[in-house]
Amino acid sequence: MKRTRIALAVTAAAALFGVAACGSGSSDPLAAGGSAGKASSGSIVVGSANFPESALLAEIYAGALSAKGVKVDKKLNIGSRETYIPALKDGSIDLIPEYTGVLDQYFNKNAKATTSDDVYAELKAAVPATLTVLNKSAAEDKDSVVVTQKTAAKYGLKSIGDLAPQAKNLTLGGPPEWKTRPTGVPGLKRVYNLDFKTFRPLDAGGPLSVQALKNGQVDAVNLFTTDPSIADNGFVILDDPKSLFAAQNVVPLITKSKVTPTISAALDAISAKLDTATLGQLVKEVVVDKKDPAVVAKEFLAKNNLG
Amino acid sequence: MTWLQDHLGDVLDLTVRHIYLAGVPLILGLLIALPLGWLARRHRGLYPILIVGTSLLYTIPSLALFIMLPFLLGTQILDPTNVIVAMTIYTVALLVRTVADGLGAVPEAVNQSATAMGYKRGRRFMSVELPLAVPVISAGLRVAAVSNVSIVSVAALIGVAQLGSLFTDGFNRAFMEPIIVGVISCVLLALLFDGVIIGVTRLATPWQRAGKASS
Amino acid sequence: MINRIFAWLTDGAHWQGSDGILRRLVEHLGYSLTAVIIAALIAIPLGLYIGHTGRGRVFVVNLAGAARAIPSLGLLFIAVLWLGPKFSGDIAFLAPAGLVLIVLAIPPILSGAYAGVEGVEPDARDAARGMGMRGPEVLRHVELPCALPLIMSGIRSATLQVIATATIAAVVGLGGLGRFLIDGLAVRDTPQTASGALLVALLALAVDMVLALVQRFVVSRGLTGRYRTAQTFDSDAGVTPPAPALQHSA
Repeated sequence: MKRTRIALAVTAAAALFGVAACGSGSSDPLAAGGSAGKASSGSIVVGSANFPESALLAEIYAGALSAKGVKVDKKLNIGSRETYIPALKDGSIDLIPEYTGVLDQYFNKNAKATTSDDVYAELKAAVPATLTVLNKSAAEDKDSVVVTQKTAAKYGLKSIGDLAPQAKNLTLGGPPEWKTRPTGVPGLKRVYNLDFKTFRPLDAGGPLSVQALKNGQVDAVNLFTTDPSIADNGFVILDDPKSLFAAQNVVPLITKSKVTPTISAALDAISAKLDTATLGQLVKEVVVDKKDPAVVAKEFLAKNNLG
Repeated sequence: MTWLQDHLGDVLDLTVRHIYLAGVPLILGLLIALPLGWLARRHRGLYPILIVGTSLLYTIPSLALFIMLPFLLGTQILDPTNVIVAMTIYTVALLVRTVADGLGAVPEAVNQSATAMGYKRGRRFMSVELPLAVPVISAGLRVAAVSNVSIVSVAALIGVAQLGSLFTDGFNRAFMEPIIVGVISCVLLALLFDGVIIGVTRLATPWQRAGKASS
Repeated sequence: MINRIFAWLTDGAHWQGSDGILRRLVEHLGYSLTAVIIAALIAIPLGLYIGHTGRGRVFVVNLAGAARAIPSLGLLFIAVLWLGPKFSGDIAFLAPAGLVLIVLAIPPILSGAYAGVEGVEPDARDAARGMGMRGPEVLRHVELPCALPLIMSGIRSATLQVIATATIAAVVGLGGLGRFLIDGLAVRDTPQTASGALLVALLALAVDMVLALVQRFVVSRGLTGRYRTAQTFDSDAGVTPPAPALQHSA
């Protein structure tokens, strides 16, 4: 009698979890790993970095591919490049939106190119054998060093190099990965001879960075050029005459074995239609108007007959 | 809350993933903790070693464990298995002591009567000690369940989708609503787990209801 | 892997400087202890009052249980988005994180305090009244000392939770040992992350041992003698996992 009750209780609990696991249907958590790269043909896993613009671009790619009949799985907000490139290499994701300049510098320690076409050519040569980049778009989103109008006026700052005499009294803010990245703190030192008093790890051009600059926790911060908060707060983007932040065109990075004519056609079509002004507008809708990236992506695709 | 209305499907999907990531380790953890707790009770010398060992495991920050497991296990970086293994470790760490204490709370007189009635050690464990230890173990399991639901949300920082993803997505856009929805969902989920465990315990301990003296 | 972690930890450069291990250790300890002390200042008097008068008991029990369910990461993000813009300077980072840590630390201490006072033997209370003590005096001379084991247990549990959660505070720009985890995560420097984790674990153990020592000195020996024989739960154990719910059947 007692045994039956216990058996009943255990079965009930097991059933509950079984239902939960199976009830997720096509989004079965167990299969979330992309089946270790052995997914059925015509299916692809799209990833994104951990900032809204990357998620937006990933949604645009995903929407366009779905419209062409490709089965798409999304894994957004993974982390920094150092985290998702290994995920790309081990098959957890197959496709991710990237930026030519920083990607080139990531794969090629001796990257030298700075203009759009040069960087793209250098990148194509530097990409590892299992990966490839498709066509680049005209849309650019660069890293930048940003200060408040007050700071710019106080020290007469127009370009990054103008920070050199003051840097030892100033605090720089940026994403944690900037501490070691070639375009980050080491790059600022190498190219502009800047030695800041402290570096404050914040986030990837997100609300922490904006707030920190606004409230004076940092004197200069790394923001992305498409960030609507720069205009909203009257921040000043410092010029980069020595091209530390080389050209950064949006480009799809994809596992070579996943490229099919349908996929590359769809993604190339997006790259053709995307430019910096449009990208900036779309990012504004996601970050300021708080619209869903998926919704903004769908509207963009509809407007350009891509979805 | 219009945001919630528009995204109910997404939130439910994330909740199901969260149930999976927090719930499976509870069951696995319990299954592993039972023999370990029994061992700790049986061999008095092992008790302090196991307790200190498991307490040490519990102090490892969850984020660190999530990050290091792909290296230790050889799994893919985004594999939810990493989260499941990490959460199981935490559940075991919490439950071993509970199981040991629960089994220890069984009055010695009861054990001796069972032996006198002819129960061999294994059957005595399954039919007498374990059922009597259920109330204490269940209390520990409830703590583990609530704790699991909360810790799993941290996995959003390594890109594993569950309710915690609402936190990171909301924060990146300085958008409060998803974060609030996520927090409330986590609390509700924890209460759900708690309720289910209480219910299952009630089913498994009919003598407590029959007595109706204090509990 | 172990080699690389060892190498990272023994590298002298990692210990010095404004983002070295020593500095981060001190920061982490600072955040944690401040939060626990403030939480104790709020929770202990409140818990004593509730245990002594019995008012608000149901509310506290449910609050303590529900509070454990709140995900700290989510709470942290809400606090930063809400409080951050209101302050300037470093307070804008410290205030939200501090608030979350204090909110996290209050339930275990509150539970310990009220359960401790409630659990005082009625005979002891009776004897105190018989000796002529009035309410507040009973509280101060009898109930509080008798409740100390559970209060200390609550404080130790709260401290462990706070030290663990202060690691996550690094996500919102704070310092502390969590910095090694987050910075290591950002660049996939696993030895850094693992070393950070190890340091947090060691810090938690060290602090818990210190508190166990404090407990040994502060709790009356008349009490500890009783506990050692009557219950299997040994309140003098060097390390206790955070499980205050085991002490009352709620």
